Amino acid sequence: MKIEILGTGCAKCKALEINAKEAVAKSAKFAQVIKVEDINEILKYDVLSMPALVVNGTVLSSGKVLSVDEIVNLLKNA
Amino acid sequence: MWYDISRKFVYEWLNLSGNLGDIVHFFIYDSIKILALIVVIVWVISFLQTFINAQKVREYIKSKHPFYGYLYAAIFGVITPFCSCSAIPLFIGFLQARIPLGVTFTYLISAPMNNEVAIALLISLFGVKITLAYTLFGIVISMLGGYFISKLKLEKEVLFEIKPIENKAQNGQKLSIKERILIAKDEMIDVISKIYLYVLFAIAIGALIHSYIPTGFIQRYTDNVFGVFVGVFSGIFMYSNAIAIVPFIEALVAKGLPIGTALSFMMAVVTLSLPEFLMLKKIISFKLLTIFILIVSFGIITLGISFNYIF
Repeated sequence: MKIEILGTGCAKCKALEINAKEAVAKSAKFAQVIKVEDINEILKYDVLSMPALVVNGTVLSSGKVLSVDEIVNLLKNA
Repeated sequence: MWYDISRKFVYEWLNLSGNLGDIVHFFIYDSIKILALIVVIVWVISFLQTFINAQKVREYIKSKHPFYGYLYAAIFGVITPFCSCSAIPLFIGFLQARIPLGVTFTYLISAPMNNEVAIALLISLFGVKITLAYTLFGIVISMLGGYFISKLKLEKEVLFEIKPIENKAQNGQKLSIKERILIAKDEMIDVISKIYLYVLFAIAIGALIHSYIPTGFIQRYTDNVFGVFVGVFSGIFMYSNAIAIVPFIEALVAKGLPIGTALSFMMAVVTLSLPEFLMLKKIISFKLLTIFILIVSFGIITLGISFNYIF
C-alpha cells in the first residue's frame, strides 16, 4: 500500500503527514507514507486545496487535516 | 446583559476600581464576547463550506462569460477558505482548466482579502453598513485587479508549464448532515485552538488602548491620507490572521483611528503576506509578482482613503 501526502510544506500538510504515519502504525498495515512536495507531482492529481491524502493513486481527501482515526477508517476500506 | 454581569464581577466581586478595573472589565467582557462570536461564526461557516469544494468552484467559473468569470471568482474568493499553501496548486489548477490569468488573479486577490470570518466579526463590531461597503469594495478591487492583469498580457510571466488536466480527482463522496456537523465542529476546534492566544493578546492590547489613550488622541495623528500609507506598509510585515486583527482595530477605532485607515491596515496584514509572495515567486516572474503587489496595495490604499472620506 502506498500513501502519499500532497502539500507544499505548510503546517497543515505536516500535521496530516504525522497523523498518517500514526494511522499506519495503528492499523498495522504494511504501507509507506511519502510526502510529496514537488508541484509537478502534486498537479498530476488535480487537487486544488492542500493538504491531500492519496492512497494507491486515488485522492481520498483534500483541503483537510484528517484525524488519526479518520485515516485508519479510510485505510480499512482501501 | 453580559456587559452588566461582567461589570458586577469586576467592580463588586473583585473589588477593582479605576484604570485597573476598566482594563480587567474590558478584557473579560470583550474576550468572552469575541470568542463566543468566533465559535458560532466559524462553526456556521465551516458547516456551509462542506458544500463547496475548489473543484466545483473551478467548473463554475470556467463555464462563464468573461464578466461573470471575474464576478464569480471574486465571490467565491469571499466564501471559500484559503490557506497560503493552497495558493500555488489552486493557481495552476485554474490555469490548467483554461481559466484566464486575469480571472485566476481575481480569485487570488479576493480569497485572502475577503476573509469570511473577519466579515462576520466586522458586522457585529462595526455594523452592517460598513461591512457591506468593505466586502463590496474588496470584490470590486479583486475584479479590477484581475481585469487589469489580463489587459497587460502577462501570460508569459508564468514560469511553469501548464499542462491540461490528466486525471480528475475523485471527491464525489456524499456527506450526511451529521457528518457535516461533525466536520464543522472539528474545523471550529482547530481554528479556535490556533488563534485564541492571538485573539486574547489583541484584546489585551485593545484593553490597554481603551483605558490609557484618550479619545481623539489617535485621531489627531492619523486623520490624514499619510496614515493610510503607513498602515498598509506596516501591514506587509505583519503576518497575522484577520480574525485576531479585528478586536485590535476595534479598540483603535473607538479611540479615534479613522475607519478607512483601520480597514486598510487589516486588509494589508491579510493580503500582503510575505510567505504567500515567496510561494508565488516559485511559479511567477518577479515582474508579475510586483504588478500583483502594486495592484493590491493600490486597491487597499484607495479603500482606506475613500472610507475615511465617506464614513
